[in-house]
Amino acid sequence: MRPWSYILSALLVVSLAAPAMAANSVTVKGSTTVLPIMQRAVEAFIAETGTTVSVSGGGSSNGIKALLDKSTDVAMASRTMKGKEIKLAESKSIKPVEYIIALDAVIPIVNPANKITNLTSDQLKAIYEGKVTNWKEVGGDDGKIIVISRDTSSGTYETWHKIIMKKARVFPGALLQASSGAVLQAVAKNKNAIAYDGIGYINNTVKPLSVDGVTGSATTAKDKTYPVARTLQIYTTASPSPAAKQLVDFILSPKGQDIVEQAGFIRR
Amino acid sequence: MHLHFWGHTMRISRQQKEIAIHGSFFAIASTSILVLTLIMVFLIVEGLPIFNQVSFPDFVFGQYWYPTDDPADFGILPMISGSLAVTAVSSCIAIPLGLMTAIYLAEIASPRMRSFVKPLVEMLQALPSVVIGFFGMVVVAPLLQDWFGIATGLNLFNASVMLAFMAVPTITSIAEDAIFSVPEELRAASLALGATKWQTIANVVIPASLPGISTAVILGMARSIGETMVVLMVAGGAAMAPGSLFDPVRPMPASIAAEMAEAPYQSDHYYALFATGMVLFLFTLMFNVLAAYIAEKKKQTGTASL
Repeated sequence: MRPWSYILSALLVVSLAAPAMAANSVTVKGSTTVLPIMQRAVEAFIAETGTTVSVSGGGSSNGIKALLDKSTDVAMASRTMKGKEIKLAESKSIKPVEYIIALDAVIPIVNPANKITNLTSDQLKAIYEGKVTNWKEVGGDDGKIIVISRDTSSGTYETWHKIIMKKARVFPGALLQASSGAVLQAVAKNKNAIAYDGIGYINNTVKPLSVDGVTGSATTAKDKTYPVARTLQIYTTASPSPAAKQLVDFILSPKGQDIVEQAGFIRR
Repeated sequence: MHLHFWGHTMRISRQQKEIAIHGSFFAIASTSILVLTLIMVFLIVEGLPIFNQVSFPDFVFGQYWYPTDDPADFGILPMISGSLAVTAVSSCIAIPLGLMTAIYLAEIASPRMRSFVKPLVEMLQALPSVVIGFFGMVVVAPLLQDWFGIATGLNLFNASVMLAFMAVPTITSIAEDAIFSVPEELRAASLALGATKWQTIANVVIPASLPGISTAVILGMARSIGETMVVLMVAGGAAMAPGSLFDPVRPMPASIAAEMAEAPYQSDHYYALFATGMVLFLFTLMFNVLAAYIAEKKKQTGTASL
């Protein structure tokens, strides 16, 4: 009995741990910013079509690399393809096709009691680098600025880090909140706080700031006057598999675009 | 083996039945141990690769945590100091409260009072940590800002108070059991010698139940260091060693919980978070081994232990 029970329990564990093998599926890989849209879209897509889709993150560069290696059907990217990547694609005689699926605008927010209404990109950068520490240095009331940032793996952080911080480091004294909801809560409860959040999450418990005099909105994001915005795109090869094409069409359809909005982004 | 209907044949002897029961219990027990072992192996396998990128001392004593930058910095000293700070401060609050409640319940309270208060304290243990975290975030943090005029209520102090809430029931419940199980003869002897009730508690009952009390304290502290949700919501999350009681901190579990969901699979960041988990595991293991050691070494053996 004893040796048998060992083997049995080992088999049980192994069978539970073995990954399910899926045949004939669509694979999607790339940007973690696009990931929340894709995960929601894929859930609805699977429910509608029954096609197996596997989605993974890894970042825009990895997604595009995988597309060019033909190890993924669809690449997600929070930036457009770089010249180097386009050349690499040409050398492999692959023609990547770009689809803009959504726009992302990140808005700085403060407590409604704060009298500040606008900050420049440079002021925001200095605040997040810990160089400006008091609201009166940027025209507000006297009070220590409580800087709130997102976890470094989130797409919102990535956008902020790239466009406002120009890849400089957020100082270690910044508070960290792990979700868009927690950011709102923390700003609503602290009159000296500043944070940033995706446009889809902002509600009336906080006050959005304009950046360089431009108010962030779907319109200003689309006409590119609002600085903290970017397009989110997916790439396929020129001749994607029918299932992959079907997935792309689904995301571009009105139903897919509703999902984009639910995930906190702007329709294309 | 003839497995006909139960009682139909007498082929299954009592002894065989014994063996079957023995075997099935063994199988169940070894499954859970096996799964736990697999989890530990997984933790180590997923954590070790980071040490190809940074040396172990640089990882543990590094000041900066910028896992997604290029080049990245993987230093978890701010998180380790955050974890130790919240554990120390919450222990300062929870140990006196927990022990005094335990002494009151076991020695001073009337049986009726005890039967009413003890379940109440143990019910506190059932409060989900996310509820305590939410309370700290929405109620306590703004209060702290108003009362003390501090910059942010999401800080070391707030997190420690919330953790103390969670540690008190653990400490009270285990310590109370230890104190309550001190043999009645000891108390009677002490009182017969002319000691007051307080002298009896301080000089006889507490020394006699010290191993149990130590176990209670250590398990309470282990709960604080491993708790995730509360520190994620309430501690503020600044990756910096705290300079004051009201500075925001980021304990290790908060760091892992905040970043794991979106860290790319098998990236350096992913490995570094698992390695943080390994360090955290070492800390909680230390607490548990200590508790087991004290409980074993100084086992309460009735009146003989005094």
